[in-house]
Amino acid sequence: MRRRGCTLAVELKSWKELPVGGVIPGGATPELNKTGSWRAKRPVWNAEKCVHCLQCWLHCPDNSFFLKEQKITGIDYDHCKGCGVCAAICPVGAIEMVPERGGGR
Amino acid sequence: MVEIRWHGRGGQGAKTVSQILAQIVLREGKHVQAFPEYGPERSGAPVRAYDRISEDEIRVHSGVYHPDIVVVIDETLLESENTTEGLKPDGVLIVNTSRSEEEIRKATGFPGKIIAFDATKIAQEAGTGFPNVPMLGAVVAVLGTEPGIAEEELRETLSHRLSPEVVEKNLKAFRAGYDAAKGVYVGG
Amino acid sequence: MRKVMTGHKAVAEAMRQIEPDVVAVYPITPQSEIAEYYAEYVHNGIVKTELIPVESEHSAMSACVGASAAGARVITATASQGLALMVEVLYVAAGLRLPIVMALANRSLSAPINIHCDHSDAYLARDSGAIQIFAESAQEAYDYMIMAQKLAENAKVRLPVIVNLDGFTLTHSSQVVETLPDEAVKDFVGEYDPPYPLLDVDRPVTWGVFAMPDYYFELKRAQQAGMEAAPEAFLEIQKAYSELCGRPYKGFFEAYKLDDAERVIVVMGSTAGTAKAVVDELRDKGERVGLLKVWLWRPFPRAEIAEALAGAKAVAVMDRAISFGNLGALYLDVVSGFAGRPGPTFVNYIYGLGGRDVPMEHIAEVFEGLKEAETGELRYLGLRE
Repeated sequence: MRRRGCTLAVELKSWKELPVGGVIPGGATPELNKTGSWRAKRPVWNAEKCVHCLQCWLHCPDNSFFLKEQKITGIDYDHCKGCGVCAAICPVGAIEMVPERGGGR
Repeated sequence: MVEIRWHGRGGQGAKTVSQILAQIVLREGKHVQAFPEYGPERSGAPVRAYDRISEDEIRVHSGVYHPDIVVVIDETLLESENTTEGLKPDGVLIVNTSRSEEEIRKATGFPGKIIAFDATKIAQEAGTGFPNVPMLGAVVAVLGTEPGIAEEELRETLSHRLSPEVVEKNLKAFRAGYDAAKGVYVGG
Repeated sequence: MRKVMTGHKAVAEAMRQIEPDVVAVYPITPQSEIAEYYAEYVHNGIVKTELIPVESEHSAMSACVGASAAGARVITATASQGLALMVEVLYVAAGLRLPIVMALANRSLSAPINIHCDHSDAYLARDSGAIQIFAESAQEAYDYMIMAQKLAENAKVRLPVIVNLDGFTLTHSSQVVETLPDEAVKDFVGEYDPPYPLLDVDRPVTWGVFAMPDYYFELKRAQQAGMEAAPEAFLEIQKAYSELCGRPYKGFFEAYKLDDAERVIVVMGSTAGTAKAVVDELRDKGERVGLLKVWLWRPFPRAEIAEALAGAKAVAVMDRAISFGNLGALYLDVVSGFAGRPGPTFVNYIYGLGGRDVPMEHIAEVFEGLKEAETGELRYLGLRE
């Protein structure tokens, strides 16, 4: 049986094939489940305005801010669901929420 | 099977001696159960504890209704509790009292064997203050248990929580209780 | 070694010998002393177990679930309202296939509030997915705690196991219990090798997944497979344990003088002991009576029990809990083994609620009552009308 999931085309397994207790060995399920497609508004980060206070990184419920050497470097649009917490928390207005125009990222 | 019912008040150690008795008869190679009756427990409230002793495996898990031996650690319970309820006519009633056997018979109306002795006085003279241990001695005598086995068990058990000096005092009290009841046996 | 000990102590001794990694408990009558004994062992350094004193039974089972998922061997104990509070998380433990062992000191459920024995708490967890075993004596409680550990951790089973022992009647009563040497128990239960330990950072794993309608059903069916594997594992473990201890544990139930019995009682827990004594008395008078004492209640061995009862004329199934609005749960379990085919007459007796004593006379009354009985009758034993 083939069916389309919300983000992935998956082969549904028989009950006999499932790991005990429904665990997912290997973990990393967020890698497979790209929640970015759920987004209605996307945060746009302005590198010039950013003061790297890391409040966005701290508050993001999806861990979607890229960080390198204590500096924000961008946003993981594969997983950002567009909740807008980052834009609300940013003290310098460096994040703007803009409507998605379709096409995911 | 011999069934025993202990009457005491919360804090007097009826449950404790019922359990020590179980350990003693296990040493004899017999089967045994010991269990208290649980209600709203508080110091001073009437409590009952039971022993079942048998040569064979004991499987019954019900309460004891027709004891062979009734032990009354606190004399005041003779008035407030029906201590002889269900006691077999050929059984033994053992009471800690300063009153005589005849007086206890009159008070309880029990027709069978009665052992009346002052376990409180024995405990005071031995320096322990707890009449439960001499009462245990009396029960051991009535059961026909070899006193040496009982003393061995008592010494071992009490040594876990009491100093050697206090253990010896208890053994003295135990022996006095044993002597007070010696010669009377249950069922025979 | 043969010692006089309470059911509490017998369970605590088994736990000490198993020495699980984690024990998370909240005290409740008549289970408290199990927790107290174990806390003493931990305090005195006799065991290396991490004892988690939680603030409720809900937290106790939650801590057990977390610890078990992390890869720890886990034991807990509770009773009555404690299990009621725990049961939400018990379903989680079963769904996650976590081999948590629990001693359940059977006690009634409120209201009215009562601290004494019946099986309402076990019945409450009947459909939780936990395996349930009933002990007749402190000895059986000790033995089954040890066997339960292996059963829970069996690779095909992997389910929580509840060992039921009657509150007060077994927990607070001193009985002769023969314990095994510590090393023998340790060898028997062996090292626990969890398949997906959450704390193994080299092998990451996602626990507690969300399942949509496309997977929930399959996962629940897979959980049932754990139950289906339990009977075979149970028998194997019994066999190995019997060889170790010398006591005969064989089968999902104990058949007592059942072979040619015309009238039979089916019962669980300590009442079975009293019933054996009554069977002996009546047999001496030439009455063909027998007893079937259920050890393994979940999964329920309905085919085997039906086979054992097939030759009887009348059977009294005794439930120590009311399944409000229907006949007793054990009764329905037993009768289900005869679905669609003729069998003995089956009467249901509800007995012993809230610690109502079950003297031998009452058991004799049940056997007498089986002389005239109709299938489906619901009777109350020892109740004032």
